[in-house]
Amino acid sequence: MKIAVCIKRVPDMESRFKIAASGTAIDETGLKYDISDFDAYAVEVALQINEKAGAGETTVICLGPDAVQETIRKALSMGAEKGVQLRADAVPADSLAIARALAAELKDGGYELILFGKHALDTMTGGAGTMAAELLGLPCLTAASRLEVTGARATARRELEGAAELLEFPLPAVVTIDEGIARPRYPSLKGIMAAKKKPLDVKPAQLGSVRVSVEKMELPAERPPGRIVGTGPDAVPELVRLLQTEAKVL
Amino acid sequence: MTTDFFDIDSALSEEERAVRDSVRRFVDERVLPIIGQHYIDGHFPLELVPELGKLGVFGANLPEEYGCAGLNNVAYGLIMQELERGDSGVRSFASVQGALAMYPIYAFGSEEQKRRYLPKMAAGEIIGCFGLTEPDYGSNPSGMITMARRQADGTWILNGAKMWITNGSTAQIAVVWAKTDGDPEDKSIRGFIVPRGTRGFTSKDQKGKLSLRASDTSELVFQDVHLPADALLPESGGLKSPLMCLTQARYGIAWGAVGAAMACYEEALSYAKTRVMFDKPIAGFQIQQVRLAEMLTEIVKGQLVSLHLGRLKDAGRYTPQQVSLAKRNNVSMATDIAREARRLLGANGILAEYAAMRHMANLESVYTYEGTHDVHSLILGQAVTGINAFK
Ligand SMILES: Cc1cc2nc3c(=O)[nH]c(=O)nc-3n(C[C@H](O)[C@H](O)[C@H](O)COP(=O)(O)OP(=O)(O)OC[C@H]3O[C@@H](n4cnc5c(N)ncnc54)[C@H](O)[C@@H]3O)c2cc1C
Ligand SMILES: Cc1cc2nc3c(=O)[nH]c(=O)nc-3n(C[C@H](O)[C@H](O)[C@H](O)COP(=O)(O)OP(=O)(O)OC[C@H]3O[C@@H](n4cnc5c(N)ncnc54)[C@H](O)[C@@H]3O)c2cc1C
Repeated sequence: MKIAVCIKRVPDMESRFKIAASGTAIDETGLKYDISDFDAYAVEVALQINEKAGAGETTVICLGPDAVQETIRKALSMGAEKGVQLRADAVPADSLAIARALAAELKDGGYELILFGKHALDTMTGGAGTMAAELLGLPCLTAASRLEVTGARATARRELEGAAELLEFPLPAVVTIDEGIARPRYPSLKGIMAAKKKPLDVKPAQLGSVRVSVEKMELPAERPPGRIVGTGPDAVPELVRLLQTEAKVL
Repeated sequence: MTTDFFDIDSALSEEERAVRDSVRRFVDERVLPIIGQHYIDGHFPLELVPELGKLGVFGANLPEEYGCAGLNNVAYGLIMQELERGDSGVRSFASVQGALAMYPIYAFGSEEQKRRYLPKMAAGEIIGCFGLTEPDYGSNPSGMITMARRQADGTWILNGAKMWITNGSTAQIAVVWAKTDGDPEDKSIRGFIVPRGTRGFTSKDQKGKLSLRASDTSELVFQDVHLPADALLPESGGLKSPLMCLTQARYGIAWGAVGAAMACYEEALSYAKTRVMFDKPIAGFQIQQVRLAEMLTEIVKGQLVSLHLGRLKDAGRYTPQQVSLAKRNNVSMATDIAREARRLLGANGILAEYAAMRHMANLESVYTYEGTHDVHSLILGQAVTGINAFK
């Protein structure tokens, strides 16, 4: 089946972040980037669906500056067949603008299934997938922890607090992918070599008007140092009192 | 990684980094969680072989037409670095499979032998070993006494024994080096493919190792082993042939040792920052800062040596003597770093739960095999003085 997976390039979340001089973005120097985790799960899901069917084509789409081509090639090295870069100088903070650009690319692609990660690891808005579905007029299902396709219909599972629900829907559809669904494969070394030869189209991102922008970025306040309130059983009443009155967790 | 102090990443291509990152993730997720126990048990993690084959690490710098990944030598080196960051035994397996078993078939084998063996060896479906060292001939393989005699019908009879053979009991095929037709000169040395199960070919695990415990090291015995004519690697001839294989493997070891050193340094650094003694992290004491600074400096130098050697190899301009320098320097510095890391860890440093002492013990094998440190000193000595000190 023809599957599109929209992926995002994000910084390694274990990095120590600094805010850039502009005050509205992180300082990118020295940061390592990779495909956002949930998007990697989505790529894996797409590859598995097509492998199971014995046929199909997975296209990965990524919006951003030319550096995202590396992220696209990573998905190609996992086994996706085609890549599309929607070129933009930067990824805007406006999810609707991103969704608009993606929908414009997805509209005439003939995709039977369109996958997103449930949210990007860095910005965590989770808006692009749902908004793109709306713009495309397709059914949308978020945070799937399992996905099965049979003919022109699919079923998906969503994890709820203490329960799960199983949903059924017709294709084409947009599904956003939660963790636990599939372990992304290691890009094989042959896959890495092959990725260089796979098609990677570059097109301008049709963002339209961007209405949301970052005004200011702040790092979390330094945590005050820990305090020792005493030792042994004698300290317990004071500890309980502070947990109730100061920390307000009891 | 904190070990990339000189931003050597920026000197790697996107593809080289992608290869490194894929193998790095594999080692983090699949090797590191299990290797300590395998080391204690004295057991090679054979279950990793099909996965490593799928990943494509075996003979990764050999051409795609034989089922290999067709990578350049820098990418190949990075694979060795990452594998040895896990364990020297795992890297040894890959070195033997790729550089010592697949490479001779690729370089000296017939087209038929290449098609028959290389794709399955790349996939890890056929494991190979390399039999050069003998009980009485280690640093001086030219003295070997294993002998293959050609019969009237063109078949061969092989007699002799090989010792210290990595993968020796696991391998389905052994690439065995033997003198031929009773000629005691080393120019008569040829390579043979000896399949397991051939009558008269037995192997025995070498017990009691205190180093490279997560690796199969075995003794091979050949007693009137009858081999078909096509067991011979037709293009092999003279001691030069196995030495060419060793150059390939030593190249990978130069990278691998840096990986082991990186693992020890990372462990020491993180331990030093969290271990509190005399009311502060030991990383705050000058002695430990000197230790860490020395380690990092040597690692950076080793990385640069490997990388530049790889670029020379890719350009077709490297020499075996340069490989000797890199192997000698990098393995030696890694043994020192492993020991210093172990010491920094105090009592915890003697546990298998930490990596330092495992690497420290492993690296003693690496120091000895593929040309001992001394032998590489003499190779370099000869290269610079023009005087052969071996004799
Ligand atoms: C774990 C392990 C795995 C191995 N795997 C393989 C394998 O897969 N295939 C294979 O064929 N071999 C393998 N070897 C063998 C390895 O290559 C030899 O151990 C090595 O070549 C040294 O030979 P030796 O042990 O006989 O030592 P010797 O040659 O006896 O050396 C003993 C000491 O003498 C020194 N020495 C030797 N000659 C000189 C000289 N001229 N001047 C000064 N000092 C000298 C050496 O440096 C060393 O310190 C392996 C060894 C080990 C430990
Ligand atoms: C096999 C074994 C048997 C033992 N048996 C006994 C026993 O029978 N009884 C017993 O009481 N103990 C025993 N010990 C414990 C041993 O005495 C301690 O391991 C030792 O005192 C070091 O303490 P540590 O391991 O906590 O290391 P740490 O004190 O945590 O030291 C870690 C590192 O920091 C360095 N360091 C510490 N302080 C400083 C400083 N101020 N400046 C610079 N560097 C510093 C150390 O040199 C070391 O490199 C044993 C240990 C082992 C390994």
